[in-house]
Amino acid sequence: MSEAAPMLEIKNLAIQFGGLKAVDNLNLTIKKNQLYGLIGPNGAGKTTVFNMLTGVYKPTSGTIYLNGENITGKSPAQINKHGIARTFQNIRLFKDMSVLDNVKVGLHNQKKYTGIEGVLRLPRYFKEEKEMDEKATELLKVFELDGEKDTLSSNLPYGKQRKLEIARALATNPKLLLLDEPAAGMNPNETADLMRTIRFIIEKFDMTILLIEHDMKLVSGICEEVTVLNFGQELAQGVTTEVLNDPKVITAYLGE
Amino acid sequence: MKKTTVNNLITCGIVLAFFIICGVLSSAGVLGSKLSGLLIPIGIYIILSISLNLTVGILGELSLGHAGFMCVGAYVGGVFSILVQNVITVSWLRISLAIVIGGLAAALFGVLIGIPVLRLRGDYLAIVTLGFGEIIKSIANNIYIVKDINGLHFSFASPVSGVDAATASDIFKGAQGIKAPQDTTLVIVVIVLMLSLIVIMNLVDSKTGRACMAIRDNYIAAQSVGINVTKYRLAAFVVSAAIAGVAGVLYSHSLAVLAPKKFDYNLSILILVFVVLGGLGSMRGSIIATIILYALPEIFREVGDYRMLIYAIVLIAMMIFKNAPYFKNLMEKIKALPIFEKLKPKQKVKTAGGESK
Repeated sequence: MSEAAPMLEIKNLAIQFGGLKAVDNLNLTIKKNQLYGLIGPNGAGKTTVFNMLTGVYKPTSGTIYLNGENITGKSPAQINKHGIARTFQNIRLFKDMSVLDNVKVGLHNQKKYTGIEGVLRLPRYFKEEKEMDEKATELLKVFELDGEKDTLSSNLPYGKQRKLEIARALATNPKLLLLDEPAAGMNPNETADLMRTIRFIIEKFDMTILLIEHDMKLVSGICEEVTVLNFGQELAQGVTTEVLNDPKVITAYLGE
Repeated sequence: MKKTTVNNLITCGIVLAFFIICGVLSSAGVLGSKLSGLLIPIGIYIILSISLNLTVGILGELSLGHAGFMCVGAYVGGVFSILVQNVITVSWLRISLAIVIGGLAAALFGVLIGIPVLRLRGDYLAIVTLGFGEIIKSIANNIYIVKDINGLHFSFASPVSGVDAATASDIFKGAQGIKAPQDTTLVIVVIVLMLSLIVIMNLVDSKTGRACMAIRDNYIAAQSVGINVTKYRLAAFVVSAAIAGVAGVLYSHSLAVLAPKKFDYNLSILILVFVVLGGLGSMRGSIIATIILYALPEIFREVGDYRMLIYAIVLIAMMIFKNAPYFKNLMEKIKALPIFEKLKPKQKVKTAGGESK
């Protein structure tokens, strides 16, 4: 085993909204290049965990380490710069911008030219814009979206919008990618295609992925380990096949 | 060349062509003095509407206090020109300096107002900017500055007392405003307009502009890809304020007397009407809407009270036709005409060369 710090380490994470403990005492460790699943019935607090990891909510207590670095309580933009990118359960694209521009917004922090250089059209503007165009097109090719790069993102079909959101997240050059229900609203064919894409991302971009999903076929198909949340509490944790056959988990999903 | 670059060049071309043709016609005496007199205010209003479009169309925040920034620029630049009137006698140099100073003053107000205002979003932001616009106007209404042999005398809310009556001259006289030297010429207006247009269009077509549009389209997603939301909102707001200030300087130097009551709520709304009808985020739309909507009431002045009726009908007609399917089809057909078709293949070859479709 390597001595390096785990990619993501969550210790005793908790958040309280008024009297409601939405997430309580969550512990989780994700190693590099792992594909980790976070599952649980509706309202279990999965998206809340994502929102804490990305800085949208500030945890009431507990700590989050990314690659050994404490990132608890930082702003969403700072956390992205540290290396966490995400997609959203309800797709949040920049709807009045082209497909290419959506990805170029993701590349924003990797290019250093200033607004003044942009207005005066100094050489660095042209050089870096060209690099951005090339990088963005390359990313779109991975998701087979390069043919539609001038389309408005809101005009894309649903499945492609989900892919574009992943492409945009990858453009920020993250170490850890959080996918919030990537297969929601997809048919079995699209889901199978998505599974291939996710595996491809891990290999090609040397990525670590944490995903929330309801589609058990997808979870058992690709996730190595899972954590099951129920009413904000950890119900089970471990290797996917074992956890999914745990009677406690089955009860939580299907009832007594 | 990129598609946006081509589009921006066309927009610049439209503006230049409009002012050159009108300028030539007016100097040839074809246009008549009344219409010629409209060219300078049209230019100034175009600067205002494109700068407001940066806040409303690109940043996506409804600002109802644009006249306030124009007011700051108008009076700071105007007072500067009055003070140096006898020192700098070259009028183009004087107004150039006034433009820089007025623009910077408006930018400063943009920062001061932007910091508290941009903590808000949506309707709240609109209400607070409206308030700031009115506050700036009211403050201007109460400023008194008199110059005499002993120097400058300031007073707030009441006329200056204890001045040396023999040598006193009013610089800023409360509700009566200022009498700045009339340095604004059509050439200066067109130069400033083109510069503002280029600055805004280049800003929009850069990293900064994309960040602003991303914030407009989805605030949370913009943060999630690492965009410093506060920084870019403030940047766009300040640039918009500064350009409004520049337009204000041109405005104060084009009128014999400029009273603060001109910068009221109605002016902010008038500019907003130009922007909304021209199309949010479309600079070309703002320009065309401003030309039509500003010129109309003036052209129809003879029909007296009916002119506002015509104005209203035009507003409604523009709203309806802009989105009507029939009109859109018509525009498509016009674009498909042989003359325009010649331009098209060139662009297509270039895009197809980069990527297979």
